[in-house]
Amino acid sequence: MPAGPHPAIQFRNVSYRLNIGYELLRGLNLEVLRGETLVLLGRSGSGKTTTLKLINRLLTQSAGEIFVDGRSLQEWDVIRLRRMIGYVIQETGLFPHFTVARNIGVVPQLEGWSADRIQHRITELLQLVGLEPQLAARYPRELSGGQRQRVGVARALAADPSFLLMDEPFGALDPITRAELQREFQALQKRLGKTVVFVTHDLREAMLLGTRIALMEAGQLVVIKTPDEFARSAEPMVVAYRNAFAT
Amino acid sequence: MNLLQFLSQNRTEVLQLTAEHLWLVGASITLAVLIGIPLGILITRWPILNKPVLGGANIIQTIPSLALFGFLLPAPWIGARADRLAILALTLYALLPLIRNTYTGIKGVDRAVVEAGRGMGMTDGQLLWQVELPLALGVIIAGVRVAAVISIGLATIAAAIGAGGLGEYIFRGLAMVNNQVILAGAIPAATLAILADTSLGWLEKKLSS
Repeated sequence: MPAGPHPAIQFRNVSYRLNIGYELLRGLNLEVLRGETLVLLGRSGSGKTTTLKLINRLLTQSAGEIFVDGRSLQEWDVIRLRRMIGYVIQETGLFPHFTVARNIGVVPQLEGWSADRIQHRITELLQLVGLEPQLAARYPRELSGGQRQRVGVARALAADPSFLLMDEPFGALDPITRAELQREFQALQKRLGKTVVFVTHDLREAMLLGTRIALMEAGQLVVIKTPDEFARSAEPMVVAYRNAFAT
Repeated sequence: MNLLQFLSQNRTEVLQLTAEHLWLVGASITLAVLIGIPLGILITRWPILNKPVLGGANIIQTIPSLALFGFLLPAPWIGARADRLAILALTLYALLPLIRNTYTGIKGVDRAVVEAGRGMGMTDGQLLWQVELPLALGVIIAGVRVAAVISIGLATIAAAIGAGGLGEYIFRGLAMVNNQVILAGAIPAATLAILADTSLGWLEKKLSS
């Protein structure tokens, strides 16, 4: 990965407030380095999904500035920005009226790729995420949860974006399938080296997949640590989180 | 003379009145689709228009049909021919189910799916044509179905202003105090309504799955 002069994504003193005045995010400072998987960990309502959606401008911050590739988000054309950022959410995000192939080919089609090139890319991606080629003609409802999530990952990777935003992508899966997808994603990420921001409330998932873990609570960043540091930290909030997951 | 004999003896007239009826209903539903669906889409984009548009369509629905025909009579061009007048009135009545179903259909599309589309960099137009409209189509067709059935019934009243259609028999039968003649208008109209309901229902089911 070419190490640019800027962090891949940077939050400077970012706040997000709802119209009614309730603050979901307060004074967030955060850097995501190129090629790393930064996990945003925290309980429901801690602001992790809000943080993620600020990056592809599904939400717009009330204060502060966010930079992607060194450029302020306000300077980006929002459609261009979104097409270079892969976005994976829980399984419901697949288009139910599109086949698997069309789902995967959405962004290339929007970008005006030729039919041949799209077809070729779909085949390549199905293989990459471990799906059989004959699944291409099926509809999302005809797939298992694990297969759907693989399609979601393939769709996000389709136009070879440098960034991936993942919002609890494996949250709705059974534990065995989840573990399988986590391992596969880890291997995939080793090969692809994308800059990933990954939202989860699952400590084990964070420890397994994160290059660094950012713990969030009540709209603020508590700490940001590597998994090793996180396992040893004496920070009360970190200890509390570890204890909640201790078996 | 029973009803079947009456219908077969007057079949040219029955067919002509049925054709007139279908013209009134077909033209008004087409117009209502062309106006109502865009309006329904519009109010999903500008929520501020939601209340005035749906409110307006609601008020039109509450105007008794004979009164509405009367109100439109002085309108230029429209008032010059009875069938134009009838088509306009039927169009106005058909608007509410179309606007409302288009709106609820689009609003009812799974938010996660819409957000995924937006997050992947679809423009508003792409999102509308590729995601929202196809997924709302079943609900929109249900609106067309309701509008069509209402229109087929209401169109019988258009005969009162001389617009023709199967209502001719109904009004003639009323004047003659002849049930046979009333039924000669009512039964074909009811059959049309059932046919429209069944075929659009089939389409709706096919598109919603």
